[in-house]
Amino acid sequence: MNDQPTIRLSVPERAAPGEVVEIKVMIQHAMESGYRRGAFGERIPRDIIKHFRCSLQGETIFKAEFHPGVAANPLLSFHMRAEQSGTLDFEWVDQSGQRWSKQARLVVE
Amino acid sequence: MCQQLILGLILALASFWSFADALKNDETVKMQVTQPPIDNPLSGYHFLTPQTQAMQDDEFANPGYLWVTAGAEAFSEDIGAGSCASCHSAEAMTGVATRYPRYDQRAQTLVNLEGRINLCRVTHQQLPRFADESQAFLALSSFVTSRSQDMATNISITEDAEPWFERGKDYFFERRGQLNLACYQCHDESWGKMLRGDRLSQGQPNGFPAYRLEWQGLGSLHRRLQDCESGVRAQTQDIGSEAYLALELYLVWRSRGLVLESPGVRR
Repeated sequence: MNDQPTIRLSVPERAAPGEVVEIKVMIQHAMESGYRRGAFGERIPRDIIKHFRCSLQGETIFKAEFHPGVAANPLLSFHMRAEQSGTLDFEWVDQSGQRWSKQARLVVE
Repeated sequence: MCQQLILGLILALASFWSFADALKNDETVKMQVTQPPIDNPLSGYHFLTPQTQAMQDDEFANPGYLWVTAGAEAFSEDIGAGSCASCHSAEAMTGVATRYPRYDQRAQTLVNLEGRINLCRVTHQQLPRFADESQAFLALSSFVTSRSQDMATNISITEDAEPWFERGKDYFFERRGQLNLACYQCHDESWGKMLRGDRLSQGQPNGFPAYRLEWQGLGSLHRRLQDCESGVRAQTQDIGSEAYLALELYLVWRSRGLVLESPGVRR
């Protein structure tokens, strides 16, 4: 489960042209801050997601940068105006450059 | 002299009465909080802040569903020896979690839902047991438990389960640890009061496996019991141990009337 974390998307299947829709995404990730110590006093290394990007047909419509202190399993919620049908691509990149992504189709009619 | 004595007696009696009255009043105030939860079980949800309650209620914001989603996929995934879905449909899992822990005749022991899943894996899939608290294990157990959401617990204490029940009850009432506290002292006698920054709950098991903010992850009831025990500075028992299985049986019996909430969100 660690190699492919669970990703949950909430994207409406259909929207009217010009309608403002809410998009919610959540990814399973420990977001280890790097400031904590284990039971034997050893430092737990930092392991966080650094970037999130949502694009529609290749064009970035929302992006976010994460820092230590963001809780585990980060949930993002944002709005977009639906103007054209297309595939929304959600992508997370962690501190070592590893990428995870998931797609959703939005039909505007 | 005699009059003074009588007056003194009356005064003494009056002050005794008012003292007894105050005592009684104090006791009624206490009773509101200290009444054993058996007749009035309240889910741990009741003791959460409105923000945490909102997090549990919103199916998307509730991070426990990350495990439920993964569990739903794992349920129908063929892992070499068939999948869970080759024998059971996901629909047939509805209500299953309400019947555990129960005494298993073939295994000759008390099993909880986690134990049942492992029995299935070993006997029917010829696969090794899941490691306790492993992510794959939690995913499956939370998926199966979530199929009984909003259903009341429905266990029966059979003749075989009776000794387990007694053992669990004894465990609940036995003082332990450096703080010398038994479960009942907080969760029967003091629920509703503040314990430093937190409000003491009744210690009900109906939200588990639950997402705990303290863990930043999902965990089983037994992991929660370990936290409770290390909180009173006692030696913790192993996850899946006989002592915790017996205690789980007592706790579930004690929670009857409550519906399952898993995946709950807890502090």
